[in-house]
Amino acid sequence: MSAIAVTTTVNGDPVQFLTDPGETLLDVLRYKLNLMGAKEGCGTGDCGSCTVTLNGRIVCSCLVLGAEVDGAEIGTIEGLADGPNLHPLQQAFIDHAALQCGICTPGILVASKTLLDRNPDPSEEEIRYWLAGNLCRCTGYDKIIRAVQAAAATMRGA
Amino acid sequence: MTMALDQQPKRQFKYVGTRPPRPDGIDKVTGRAQYGNDLVAPGMLWAKILRSPHAHAKIVSIDTSAAEALAGVKAVVTARDFPAIEGDAGMRDVQLNCMADTHVWYEGHAVAAVAATSDALARQAVKLIRVVYEILPHVTDVDAAMAPNAPLVREGQAMENVPAGMSANVTYTSEFGHGDLTSGFAKADLVIERVFKTAATHQGYIEPHACLASMSSDGRGELWTCTQGHFYFRTACAAILGIEASGLRVTASEIGGGFGGKTQVWAEPVALALAKKSGKPVKLTMTRDEVFRGTGPTVTTSMTCKIGMTKAGRITAGEATLRYSGGAYHTGTCDMGAMAGFAAYDLDVVRTYGWNVLTNRPKEIAYRAPGAPQAIYAVESTIDELCQKLNLDPLDVRILNAARKGTKSSYGVVFEDIGLLEALHAAKTHPHWTTPVAPGTSRGIACGFWFNFGGNTCVSLNIGTDGTVSVSEGNPDIGGSRASIALMAAEELGVPYETVRVVIADTASLGYNDNTDGSRVTFAVGLATIKAAIAAKTNMMARAAQVWGIDPEAVEWVDGAACPAGPNAGKFPPMTLAEIAANSFSTGGPIAGHCDFQADGAGVSFGVHIADVKMDMETGKTELLRYTVFQDAGKAVHPDYVEGQMQGGAVQGIGMALNEEYIYSDKGTILNAGFLDYRIPVASDLPMIEAVILEIPNPGHPYGVRGVGETPICPPLATMANAISRGIGARLYELPMSPPRVLKAIKGA
Amino acid sequence: MVKVALWGTLRQYADGLAEVEVEAATFKQLLDVLSARYPGLKPQIARGVSVAIDGRVYREAWFTPIKPGSQVVLMPYMVGG
Repeated sequence: MSAIAVTTTVNGDPVQFLTDPGETLLDVLRYKLNLMGAKEGCGTGDCGSCTVTLNGRIVCSCLVLGAEVDGAEIGTIEGLADGPNLHPLQQAFIDHAALQCGICTPGILVASKTLLDRNPDPSEEEIRYWLAGNLCRCTGYDKIIRAVQAAAATMRGA
Repeated sequence: MTMALDQQPKRQFKYVGTRPPRPDGIDKVTGRAQYGNDLVAPGMLWAKILRSPHAHAKIVSIDTSAAEALAGVKAVVTARDFPAIEGDAGMRDVQLNCMADTHVWYEGHAVAAVAATSDALARQAVKLIRVVYEILPHVTDVDAAMAPNAPLVREGQAMENVPAGMSANVTYTSEFGHGDLTSGFAKADLVIERVFKTAATHQGYIEPHACLASMSSDGRGELWTCTQGHFYFRTACAAILGIEASGLRVTASEIGGGFGGKTQVWAEPVALALAKKSGKPVKLTMTRDEVFRGTGPTVTTSMTCKIGMTKAGRITAGEATLRYSGGAYHTGTCDMGAMAGFAAYDLDVVRTYGWNVLTNRPKEIAYRAPGAPQAIYAVESTIDELCQKLNLDPLDVRILNAARKGTKSSYGVVFEDIGLLEALHAAKTHPHWTTPVAPGTSRGIACGFWFNFGGNTCVSLNIGTDGTVSVSEGNPDIGGSRASIALMAAEELGVPYETVRVVIADTASLGYNDNTDGSRVTFAVGLATIKAAIAAKTNMMARAAQVWGIDPEAVEWVDGAACPAGPNAGKFPPMTLAEIAANSFSTGGPIAGHCDFQADGAGVSFGVHIADVKMDMETGKTELLRYTVFQDAGKAVHPDYVEGQMQGGAVQGIGMALNEEYIYSDKGTILNAGFLDYRIPVASDLPMIEAVILEIPNPGHPYGVRGVGETPICPPLATMANAISRGIGARLYELPMSPPRVLKAIKGA
Repeated sequence: MVKVALWGTLRQYADGLAEVEVEAATFKQLLDVLSARYPGLKPQIARGVSVAIDGRVYREAWFTPIKPGSQVVLMPYMVGG
């Protein structure tokens, strides 16, 4: 197996790496780029804990090959905060206790941000369906939905 | 939050009961928090486990030579690498479950493992291991396994109390209760007897098991793993590997969910064995498929429930037989179900029988109130059917029969202060109940119960010279307990929450701590923290007394400072914790308080749930419209996290009720070992879950704390069954109530 | 003397009694006396029992005191998740 050279942008920074043909973007992020925020919950695109953005759309990084992202822009949880300043979504999740174990949280935050980028005032139903691909086993989703609503309100008001 | 209805004056708290941000929040929302799979080490190898494709087989031979010969493979292990444990049948079972010896007892049972320089090479190597199996007959259904001619799962596992003549798969039986059944049922106007079945379900934590292990040639090891109990893991790994526990240091990572499923070892001893053999650190992570096939789901059950009720709604007798199977290993979970099933009721006549039966399924491990949801589902469904037939209000019937202080429970213990009636009354007056059931929808209600534990606990509370406080405890945080522990330390010391930092120490740093399970942490670790704080205060007051030149007995602690107690002690201004700490090096050295003890006095917790559903009569789909959880928390230390437990547990129960099940092929293999077909609730399945916290203080804890984590998974199974059954006009007696089953019931109605 | 309630399946090893009276001042003494008087109880005691004393449950604590006249209930050792 010969490795493939990839040039891409991750959280706004230029990045280059070598990847095996069969390696997923998730594995590249975690074990080549030391970005451990995206998690492998299932490896088959069913749980969403590996959610990242690829050219502005959310994807399951376990279903994307490292070799596919040449020239693309990738966004991970590590790029959500602005330096030391939390994004309103991150702050809202803390304020509203929208996490317990936190394993699903990076994926849900990335997915939520993409929703609010497109729809600054989503209904409860819209939020629930947008996040239907992100499994959470601890919270029952109630506080997560409320946190997204609160963050959306903050971002509209700010 | 609802007012508590107890008679004692409520204590006023300053910090306990507030909702500050949790200490690990920023790490978790930025992706910085480190979980089991997030550590890497120089020279690290990647491990992979080979698992049985058969439900039951004899292992004739294992040939690892081709795997060992593959370049990049540094170690291969089989049962030969684990010295057989003697004298401890339970631990030998755990060992055999980590690595099969002569037989495999379920599809997914581990038979060998490799460590190689990359994940890809490890996966390749595992395929080169040649195992010759002699396939044996298997059985996966609990009733079939109890039948006289059932395929034998394992020989010689029966306990002494199993009656002669039963299938050899029956390992254990138990019986609880009091009163005369014949006269009890004779008093009833209506007696109903039903059989219920539930499937095995999985805890469904989103983080698969993952660890990083290293061992050196002198027998010392380091283990990083996601666990609910690193002290137990140390004990278990040491026993399984045949090494000294003190040489193994286990550090608990942040954990991505456990719910009981991470109170046992699977990957860890294997990783350590590979690390020992290769001389390198070994990372072992399970895939989601392996988590379903190779870790510990719940029991699968078949239950018979018989209840008699008068026309006025009084339950005159209740009898339940619980046939449970936790796979190919003996488990006492049927006892928990047998004790909890009728616990919500004040009954003159009650009897429960538990049976444990072996099947060719993975080894059961705890899942949130293990054994109780199933038994409670049977009892609460039968009560609801009686209410329907007698045309009685199901909530009023619960109130009429509710257990209260002084009730002799179904398991013999007489209850102290409990909050069931308060929860029922809160439900009765809540808008969810008082709002009439909308046309085309239906409503269900059920109660639930869990015991809650105390246990072995060790806490160290250190006063920093800058006046901040650091609490070292030994219980992985699975629900926000670090925040609650900090609140209790702040309360007892009288200092702001922000000045208290809680860390979870490794096994080398503290005495033994029982697992984070049994809803014990807020209660037991909280109690230990309070005692450690009191010890630290005693020390600090002695320091102030010395500085003032008065007797230590003449000092008291008020609002975070040492003060002279009474006018005769002397006129000294209060000396704050920060001031005492700043001088500590000169007044006798560092100041700390410790508490090492066996916590007892945990209080039971009762819950009541209400659900409104809308049934699609064409597809059998259940739409959940509204759901409310009422539960007695004793004292909600951090209400956000109490609500979180109530909501999360309820949704897990809803999942068990509606969709979740292990589906078996006729070869005894699992057909749905992934999140696509093992369908847990997703955000679009659910409405908001309203959580109403009741506070009837537990007399066994200085702040009144009761455990809350497990109770909320108990009511939902019957709450949903009752709502759905009323909605379609036909009773369902099997879980999950997935659309095909609902449709079948509709057609049969 | 303390009264000890035995759950249903234990009674066959205690001459069929649902409740027995023993002389015991601590949890451990209680288990020792029961094992000695009713050897058929030994396997379950070895598997693990918890004890409720006057309504409060103690999972394992040898020296938990039991006052004369207390109501004691034996329970299987409990497991949570």
